[in-house]
Amino acid sequence: MSDPLDVKRWWPAPLLPERDGRQLTLLFVLTVLCCLASLAVIGALAAGRAADGWQAQLVGSATVVVRASERESADAAAARAAETLAGVKGVTEARAMEHEKAEALVKPFLGPDPLPADLPVPRLVAVELDRKAPATAAALQAALKTAGVDATVDDHSLWTRQIMQAGDLARWVAAGLFAMIVAAAAALITFATRQGLATRDDLVTVLHLAGATDAFIARQFQARFARMAAFAGFWGGVLAALAAAGLRLYAHGQTIAALLPVEWTDLIAPLPCPFIAALIAAVAARLTAQGVLRRMP
Amino acid sequence: MRYGRDAEILRDVSFSLPRGSFHFLMGASGSGKSTLLKLIYLAERAARGRVELFGRDVSRLRPQDRPMLRRRIGVVFQEFRLLDHLSAFDNAALALRVLGRKPTSYRQDVAELLSWVGLSSRMHAMPQALSGGEKQRLAIARAVIHRPDILLADEPTGNVDHALGLRILRLFTELNRLGATVLIASHDEDLVARSGKPILHLENGRLTRYEGVGQPTPQPSPPAPEPYPHKEDAGDLPDDADLDRGLYEDDPL
Repeated sequence: MSDPLDVKRWWPAPLLPERDGRQLTLLFVLTVLCCLASLAVIGALAAGRAADGWQAQLVGSATVVVRASERESADAAAARAAETLAGVKGVTEARAMEHEKAEALVKPFLGPDPLPADLPVPRLVAVELDRKAPATAAALQAALKTAGVDATVDDHSLWTRQIMQAGDLARWVAAGLFAMIVAAAAALITFATRQGLATRDDLVTVLHLAGATDAFIARQFQARFARMAAFAGFWGGVLAALAAAGLRLYAHGQTIAALLPVEWTDLIAPLPCPFIAALIAAVAARLTAQGVLRRMP
Repeated sequence: MRYGRDAEILRDVSFSLPRGSFHFLMGASGSGKSTLLKLIYLAERAARGRVELFGRDVSRLRPQDRPMLRRRIGVVFQEFRLLDHLSAFDNAALALRVLGRKPTSYRQDVAELLSWVGLSSRMHAMPQALSGGEKQRLAIARAVIHRPDILLADEPTGNVDHALGLRILRLFTELNRLGATVLIASHDEDLVARSGKPILHLENGRLTRYEGVGQPTPQPSPPAPEPYPHKEDAGDLPDDADLDRGLYEDDPL
């Protein structure tokens, strides 16, 4: 006999049995899925941020390769190119790189030994563009041609395009992972609902004979799985946030931090996880239960 | 009525139960008693023929219309079918929860009904802790809590001793007096004979005999059912003490 002062005993118990070993397993798997989904979202945010950062660096600058001519040395041509380009609209700064820096750039390809004096190492001009209204590569090339400088303009568009593609790919991969995890969670709830209806056939029969509608019975499963998914979503989100915080703290300054620059604000990304998980579980359980009940005699 | 391609379990069964009547359904095991009850409480559908409930042909009933009719029927199963994870109180209140009633609105009704069937001290016990007789009375309480128009019982005294069987029968008599149409499937000839109620006999799936005063023909509707009596105006209804003392053991029903 329960305690007469126990208020709970006057409150109706859930119509579906509460304790079930199988549901602990389900809860564990749902928590893992919610954690992975949250990590996918955080990963997408960080990868997107990395791609945006690299892209911003490349878009704001251009490199001009200046070659010597018969009537002008490479250094002189580079100085003149810088002077010319500095006057082009949309350019904030243009400066010729020192000879040593140009040589340093080709050393990985030609080896550490001093380069022959007669080797025509091209000179580079670094151009900083106005980020709001940057000059186009065509405009720079035209200015150089007008000034009679033999040069090639590289506005990094090749790299920018590739980085944009890499950033987009990272986002699509994360979205795909997220979608697969959502589908897996929905499938899991569908399976659990079918199993619940099959194993609690006695309960379903008694409820039907007591006048319960299919919607009423489906609501019991919907509420049960939505609550469970919300709980799993909460803990899955917390675990993902802790993992991301760990990455932010301990990977600082390492390559992984450059590839996935997690910000503290990213840690709030799993906040909607319990709600989304509950919604997915509720919809999956409701549709499954109503489908199964409709086919019952 | 048949299951799959098996032989027909019920055939040429034709009868009507007047509102407010009390009948027994008798027959040997396998005669089709339970199947006939299942047809009435809409757990099975007739392969052919017509089953009419409250003026509606239930063989043509849409699935979504079944719950409304089932709410007018109370069923006491031979094997009780109590829900093990719910207390006696919650089991008894099941039909009211299905109707969407709030716990505060039915708490007193359920407590009074459980007291009426002699389970006031077992209200918060789980079914596993109840004796066979207590389970049977709880199953009856669950079947009548929503004041059904028809009360069906499948061998309600099959799992209890004779004395308790008489007490349970007394409960059904009182429920019938309060307006419910009662049909009880039983093979307890002694108990049925003592009741003096009309009997429908099933043999090999056919309705063979009718014993009773007149035929089961339509009768005038009884007055609207009253609420379950409170302790103070329960009159001759059995209370906890009556049931515990077994006052009805030797009473004629």
